[in-house]
Amino acid sequence: MTFFEIRHLSISFGGLRALNDICFEVQKGEIFAIIGPNGAGKTTLFNCINGIYRPEEGEILFKDQQLERKRPDKVARLGIARTFQNIELFRHMNTMENIMLGRHNHLKTGLFHGAFMWGKRSFAGKEETKHRRRVEEIIDFLDLHAVRNQIVAALPYGVQKVVELARALATEPELLLLDEPCAGMNSEEKQDMIFWIKDIQDLLGITILLIEHDMNMVMDISDRILVINFGRTVTQGSPDMVQKHPEVIRAYLGEDMEVGSHP
Amino acid sequence: MLNFLQMIVNGMAAGSTYALMGLAMVIIYKTTEVPNFTQGEMALLSSYLTYMFLDQYGVPYHVVFPAALVFAFVLGCVLEFVVLRRAKEPNILGMIVITIGLEMILMGFVSWKFGADQKTMPFPITPYDSVVIGKVFISTLELLTMGMVLLLMTGLFVFLRYSKLGIAMKATQQNDVAARLMGIRTDRIRMATWGISSTVGCTAGLLISSIVMQPYMMWDPLLKGFAAAVMGGMTSLPGAVFGAYMLGIIENLFGGYISIEFKSVVAFAIIVLVLCVKPSGLFARHYVKKV
Repeated sequence: MTFFEIRHLSISFGGLRALNDICFEVQKGEIFAIIGPNGAGKTTLFNCINGIYRPEEGEILFKDQQLERKRPDKVARLGIARTFQNIELFRHMNTMENIMLGRHNHLKTGLFHGAFMWGKRSFAGKEETKHRRRVEEIIDFLDLHAVRNQIVAALPYGVQKVVELARALATEPELLLLDEPCAGMNSEEKQDMIFWIKDIQDLLGITILLIEHDMNMVMDISDRILVINFGRTVTQGSPDMVQKHPEVIRAYLGEDMEVGSHP
Repeated sequence: MLNFLQMIVNGMAAGSTYALMGLAMVIIYKTTEVPNFTQGEMALLSSYLTYMFLDQYGVPYHVVFPAALVFAFVLGCVLEFVVLRRAKEPNILGMIVITIGLEMILMGFVSWKFGADQKTMPFPITPYDSVVIGKVFISTLELLTMGMVLLLMTGLFVFLRYSKLGIAMKATQQNDVAARLMGIRTDRIRMATWGISSTVGCTAGLLISSIVMQPYMMWDPLLKGFAAAVMGGMTSLPGAVFGAYMLGIIENLFGGYISIEFKSVVAFAIIVLVLCVKPSGLFARHYVKKV
């Protein structure tokens, strides 16, 4: 059984072939990066996995289940979480509430139990305590104590990205899709984010699919890389292999740029 | 002075029905940002069917009224599922037009089926019984309406703020895509919203039809309820109730002291003034967009 696999995936919008015959496999526990120029179809690929778009051809398999016809909430329930390139938080709620919403699938309290929440000993009370404790762990892990009661719309951009990551973790995913987690961050925030992504892989054992433009970061943390351009696969393999591929250098990195060197 | 107090009480009584309609509108607006103009006619249909069962089939009250509320819930869900959800790439303007169209269809149906003449709904409490508090008269029906408003407002407030479904509704409104990725079935949420809102509207319809019953009976409460909700910020339940009471009281005072013909006009003039000073409404939390 492969953990996650995409077979011959294609989708078009009008006349534009946004994804064309994409195939790849992701092993459990690895960090798999997807790179490519702007408009290459990376985010479209994520949207297909999440069920926001319906692909025209091809299959998406997650632990032997087909995802390509499933609704987004169903996909989420199977254990796939996601963060967005342009932050998609519940803007008028505070950090804690946002992360708690990540627990939605795990909360069993219905209307009846909720109406009879008398103190901490009741069913609803125990549930609430349990989930709040889990959220506290995530807040601890991502160092969000300072902003836990603040409305997220008022937080700095970099912190909002971390809150989004926290919310994704709160759903307890097995596969985490990160869409440009470091975009727009300063170098310090970027360092933190890289550490957290590695910790998520090592400590929590979550498999990560990553879209990122920062080449140093991608080459540093990914186990394997898929390069796409104009919706087609250019190449895939280990960071070393990908860096040496002539088409990658031409299409994405620029003719005369040396990968890995700081400007 | 006594006259003044009496007028305020009457104004609050009138405001209560506006408040119920306002609450119903706020619930739908909160999750979908669509002002639902079908609201009144959904309540109208439920009320007329209640009338039919009471008057023609002689079903007892304690069966008919709960059944009416259940019917209203189902009606709301069905309308959402059959009509609104079918809208392809919906925008808010389109949705509003759909609700207006539905309003006309339901209104036409009721007029055709039951006739446009005035009827009276048999009701356990007559509008002519009244209690005297101090020296102020208030009819038992009005008292019941006020009680209903307070009960529903607190109930809905607690439900929306603390229950899992209520929070899911809030999430759906703020970010539909993200809500779906948290595992919330946003289409179900919207359906439930319509159901709940329709039930609240039905309560208003039943209470109104015990006084006067004809196909246009919901139009005035609907418009005033909507106006009250706008004044209260459109997303705030207490805001809608407060706005409705304000509207009822101002209207009645003006009608009593100055001119009865222009009493509705004044109420709307006040709303224009309020919105000039505080465009987001009295109770809306104002979110300043960061630039």
